[in-house]
Order: sequence, then C-alpha cells, then structure tokens
Amino acid sequence: MMTYIIRRLLYAIPILMGVNILTFMLFFVINSPDDMARLNLGAKHVTPEAIEKWKEERGYDKPLLINSQAEGLDRLTDTIFYEKSVKLFMFDFGSSDSGRDIGHDISQRMWPSLAIAIPVLMVGLSINITFALLIVFFRTTYIDLWGVVLCVTMMSISGLFYIIGGQYLAGKLLHLVPISGYDTGFSAIKFLILPVIVGVIGGIGGGTRWYRTLFLEEINKDYVRSARAKGLSESMVMFRHVLQNAMIPILTGVVVVLPLLFMGSLITESFFSIPGLGSYVIDAINMQDFAIVRSMVFLGAVLYVVGLLLTDISYTLVDPRVRLD
Amino acid sequence: MVLLSTDILIFLLLALAIGYALYARKHEHLRAPWSLVLRSKVGISCMVVLSFYILVGLLDSVHFHPTTKNGAPTGDVISLFDHLVTPLREQQEKTYSAPFAAHLYSKESIDLPDGGQIRGYPRLQWGGAHLEDPQQMRLADILSRTLAGAFEGLLIWLIIAAAFVARLASRESCSIGRLLHRLLDGRSEIPWHVMLYTLAIMLVLTFIALNLATHYHIMGTDKVGEDVFYQALKSIRTGLVIGTLTTLVMLPAAVLLGIMAGYFRGWVDDVIQYIYTTLSSIPGVLLIAAAILMLQVYMSNHADEFNSLVERADLRLLFLCLILGVTSWTGLCRLLRGEAMKLRETDYVQAATAFGVSHFTIITRHILPNVMHIVLISLVLDFSGLVLAEAVLSYVNIGVDPTMNSWGNMINSARMEMAREPVVWWSLVAALLFMFTLVLSANLFSDVVRDAFDPRLRQGK
Repeated sequence: MMTYIIRRLLYAIPILMGVNILTFMLFFVINSPDDMARLNLGAKHVTPEAIEKWKEERGYDKPLLINSQAEGLDRLTDTIFYEKSVKLFMFDFGSSDSGRDIGHDISQRMWPSLAIAIPVLMVGLSINITFALLIVFFRTTYIDLWGVVLCVTMMSISGLFYIIGGQYLAGKLLHLVPISGYDTGFSAIKFLILPVIVGVIGGIGGGTRWYRTLFLEEINKDYVRSARAKGLSESMVMFRHVLQNAMIPILTGVVVVLPLLFMGSLITESFFSIPGLGSYVIDAINMQDFAIVRSMVFLGAVLYVVGLLLTDISYTLVDPRVRLD
Repeated sequence: MVLLSTDILIFLLLALAIGYALYARKHEHLRAPWSLVLRSKVGISCMVVLSFYILVGLLDSVHFHPTTKNGAPTGDVISLFDHLVTPLREQQEKTYSAPFAAHLYSKESIDLPDGGQIRGYPRLQWGGAHLEDPQQMRLADILSRTLAGAFEGLLIWLIIAAAFVARLASRESCSIGRLLHRLLDGRSEIPWHVMLYTLAIMLVLTFIALNLATHYHIMGTDKVGEDVFYQALKSIRTGLVIGTLTTLVMLPAAVLLGIMAGYFRGWVDDVIQYIYTTLSSIPGVLLIAAAILMLQVYMSNHADEFNSLVERADLRLLFLCLILGVTSWTGLCRLLRGEAMKLRETDYVQAATAFGVSHFTIITRHILPNVMHIVLISLVLDFSGLVLAEAVLSYVNIGVDPTMNSWGNMINSARMEMAREPVVWWSLVAALLFMFTLVLSANLFSDVVRDAFDPRLRQGK
C-alpha cells in the first residue's frame, strides 16, 4: 500500500510539471509580458517607460528561461520561469498583479467556498440517492418513467435559471433571505441557505439519473437474484444488497471531487457575491490579473491529481477485490 | 458570398453528415440502430424539433454583403436568415418594450400636436403601429393574427402530410385509406403519426410567430430596442456551432491518439496517457479562462488584422470551440483507448496480424469501424452539455464575443434587468425558453441514440 502511494505520488510530479510548462507557455511565450502590460495599462498610447515600469513592479522584466547576465546558479533562478512557475511547486504563489499576496488570499477565501460546497455535496448526495432508490424501487412503472422524464427536464434547464429564479423568488418576491452578500461567523448562515438550496436543486436531475443507472446495473446481477430467491423482501434486497454494492462507485465518484471543493463554484459564488475562491477567479479574469489565474490553474491541477490518488486508495478500502500491486 | 471560418466548418460538417447518411443507408450494421432510433416515438419527434433548429442555424450560416437599393455593395455582413427576417432585424425601437406592447416601457416627454408636452409612455415606432387605438383593438388584432397564423400553418402541414402519406402508400403499395387507418391507430412500424403531430405543432407555432412578429415585438425589445425574438433566433447558430464544432475539431486527435494508445501499447500508450492526464488535470473553466485571456491580449494587440467585427467575433467563437474541445476530448480518448485495447485481442485482429496485414490497414479496416459507435454516442451526448456551458462561460465573460448573439449574452445582460424596477423579464425568459427546447430535445434524442447504438444496452433488452 505504502509503495503504491509513493509510486503514485512520484507519477504526479511529471503531470504537474506538464501543467506548469503548459501554463508558462500560455502566459509568457505565446504572449510576451509586453502584451500583458499593454492590455493592463489600457490606453493605446502607452509609453515604453510605463510598460517597463509595470513589468519591473511585477517582476516580469527578467529573461524568460536563462539570465545570461547573472552569475552561477542565478543564471537559472533569476528568470521568469523560476520566479513565477517553479516556485508554484513550493506553493509560493507570489503576489498578484495588483500587489496582494495570493497565498494569503487563497487561505482566506477557501473557507466561504467550503461553506457552500460541502453542504451542497452532502445534502445533494443524500437527496439524489433517496430519489434514485425510490425510482428504482418502482421500476417499470409510471413512477419510473415520469421520474426519468422529470430528471431529464431538470437537467435541460440552465443552471443560471435556477440561480436567477431562486434569487428572484426567495430574495425579491418573498424577502426570506438576502439576495447576495456574506458575513463572518454564524451570521453567514442566512447568506448560505439560498446558494445551497439552489445548488442542490440544480444537481438533482443529473445526479438522480446517474445513481439510477448505477442501481439498475447492480439490480440485474446474479447475487440480487439469489437474494430474492432466498426469500428476502424487496426493501431488504434494496438496502442490504443493492445499495451497499452500489456505494462503491458512488463513494469513489464523491472522493474524486472532494479536493476540488476547495476551488468553489464560479457561477454560484459570483451571483451571490460570496468571497470564495470561485469569485476570486472571476474577479481575476475580469481584472485581467494573470498572476492569480496562473496560480489557480496550478492549484486546481494539484487538487485534481490528489483527488485521483484518493479515489484509487478509497477503491482498495471499500472493494476488497481491487488489489493495487 | 462571405465565408466565415465557422461557416466553412459547418458546411463541412453538413457534408460529412450527408455522406454518413448515404453510407449508413447502404450498410445494414448502421441502418439497424438508426431504424431503432426512428422507431422510438421520442426519437422521431425530437428529430423534427431539432431539424427546425438546424434549418435556422444553416440559413444563418450563409453570409453575404447586402446591396443597397441602387445595387452598390455595403460593408456589413448579413446572413440569408437575416435577409429572410429583414422586418425583425430592422424594426428597432428606442429602448425596452414589453412583449406585444404598443408603448415603450419607460416614460418620456411626448410632444403633442398642439405644441405642448406631457410625460407618458410614447407609442412604439413599429410594434402595434398599425393600430389606431391599441387599448381596444390590440387583443382582437393579436387573436385574429394568431388564428390566421395557425390556419396557415395547418394548411401547409396538410399539404406536406398529404404528400407524405401518398408517397408512403405508393411505396408500401397499400391503399391510402388503409394506410391512414394504420397511422392513426399507431400501428405503423415507424411512428409516423408522432412525427406528423410534432411537425404540425412546430409549423403552427412557426406561422403564428411569423404572422405576429411583423407587427409586434412578440418577445419585447431589449435596452437598445432590438427585437428579442430576433436575438433568440440568431443565437441558435451560436449554440449549434458550440455544440457540434467543439467535438468535431478535436475528433481527429481524440480518435487517432485513443486508438494508437490502445493498439500499440508500450511507450506510445505511456506518452499519450501522459498527454491526456496532464490536460484533464487542469480544471476546464480555468484553462478556458487562461486561453481566452490570452486571446484577448492577442486581439487587442493585433486589432488591425480583422476586417470587421463579425469576423473578429467569429474567430473568437472558433477559438472557443477549439479550447472547449481541448478540455473535453480527453474523455473520448480514454474510452477509445480502452475499446482499442479490447479489440486488439479479438480473434479477427489476431488473425490479420498473423497474415502480416500492416498496422495501418488493421486500424482503418478493423479497429476504426468498430469504435465509430462510441464516437457517435459521445458526439450526441456532449452536445447539450456544451450548449449549456456556452451560457455559463459567456456569463463569466470568457465565452463568445460580447457583440455576438448568444443565449449566454442574453442571460448575462438580463442580470441587470432583473434588478431593475419594474423588472424586464422577457430577454431572460426568451433565452431560457429557446435554450431549454434545444437542450431538452437534444438530451432525449441522445438517450435514444445511445440506447440504439450501445451494444451492451441492446443485449440487455
């Protein structure tokens, strides 16, 4: 087990290096720092001095890969590639283009993101599984048919509709909760209720349908038939056998998204003005802050790789048939 | 004629689709699953609805420079569809007006004929302008136009349906009366009656809309007075382009790499797996955001390379398709790799290898045809997700160009309008309605296609 984890961790290094080189190419090679400076300074008639100053303040004035003017090791380290890309491996995100410390911002903004993402995941999961079990229990009846039709219909509605509709209904017409905003401590709850509900409703269609397929796949297997033949009641079969075995793909599907919960949801957070990582990215995109977007791309990739690793480990824990070595 | 880059790809796709249809007609292994699709009631009625969308999208993809009245060409680029709905495009109001309204939505100073001024809701320049007294005549006028439209639609439908039934009767060589009886009872092998009913509904709706839209803004007007119904129709092309071209542009790479990885194994497999794991480990939205940011930098620094706004917007759309494709091809590649790995061990491939058939021939003759169903299923399944993604991306400003008509841009601008008092709801509702219809029928259709093509599911039945 230990050797497997170590091997997987080693395997993650080239992947993260690939991501790093890719973002480096995208941000510094395809477009030079000069281009970024010109876009950021806005006006068409920018003086070369202003561009130089902008670059120097943000450390973009160094050579890309090799600094021929420096001595010794500095030839490699006093470059944009080292300063801006290699340092990401040490989780040293540097400062944003507007001069704020990105690492500090991320550690601050992580919590509001989690405060929405975790309840949405938990409540959504239990509701979706309950609905899916109900639909499967009444399979080949009209409840099944109309349940699936309802799921497909809900899936076909844009997520933006749920958010705008929810805000309009609960915030503007009924005045139940504030439309958007955030607060610290427990008073944040009244700001969180609506985004969580909206998030759960938006996921019901796709989630229920997906779990229904999983359950249906299990229900046609031989051990379920034996359980019925043995005289177990249908609910016993469903809960003791089908649900337990279907939990394996459900669990691993959840584990893979766990680390990414930190990243928050772009749309929900920006609609409800919640200061999480999702709205951080959106603000960065709108302000054209390249340093933040670059850091978040790297962070996202790290979390994804961690998620994959956790999935593989959780497989061995819940499914004794899977052997890793 | 003006050929935008997405136009070329759309017509390439159309040619591919027609070629595939002709090929599938002649080959039983493809005809069988497609006839299963036709035999499903949901499948066939979704096909009718989708074909209306596709028709609008195709008409909207033939671009040309319009000529002025004296024959001189102008600088703008419009499409054949724009030309057909010229009244909708040109009848612009000053600002917001509600659906079917005859007055503006906001108060303005109105000059009276006797020289005085009052504050009030001025009459619209086009919407309901033919009515003398909108208050009393509007409802009756709308009703009579609706009825006339429904009647026209039914008439056209009757002609099409009669021609169709007559042709079917002569092909199946039975009398028209008996065929009609069978169709109405729903006893025909392919549920033609469902197709005809759906067609009737769509035609009636189309003709009602056509009849009303020339005299009213049936979905209101937006902030600058543009007809919302026209915007929603124009957005169809954007949605279709995003939904189809995205998968298409990365298809060659996904198919080639996926099959190579599964077939050759060894270091080829390692390299290809590394490439797609790296790409898929970057969260899609962030990769798109980074790429679009870079495109904006490029475009603002090379502004003079683009001849017109339309061309610029079109290039951005194509780029968006490309970058969306980069984020979504990895799933297909992984599936194809697994399938190619399985096929590699089958007896007929083993036999071909033993006979000394070259790798290239084995891949094109034996592997490729046997993974095509996966490609088709993923093409259809991805479509609706991509249409929905467009709306979300445009909302975050990393979607299509803000000057381009798209449902995402409509919803984006509707955000401000919802906060306005009194609320302007029609842009949002129109965009969501059109998007919902497309996505719902695409979702239902893709389910039918998957059930018909997936051999695993077929055996279960």
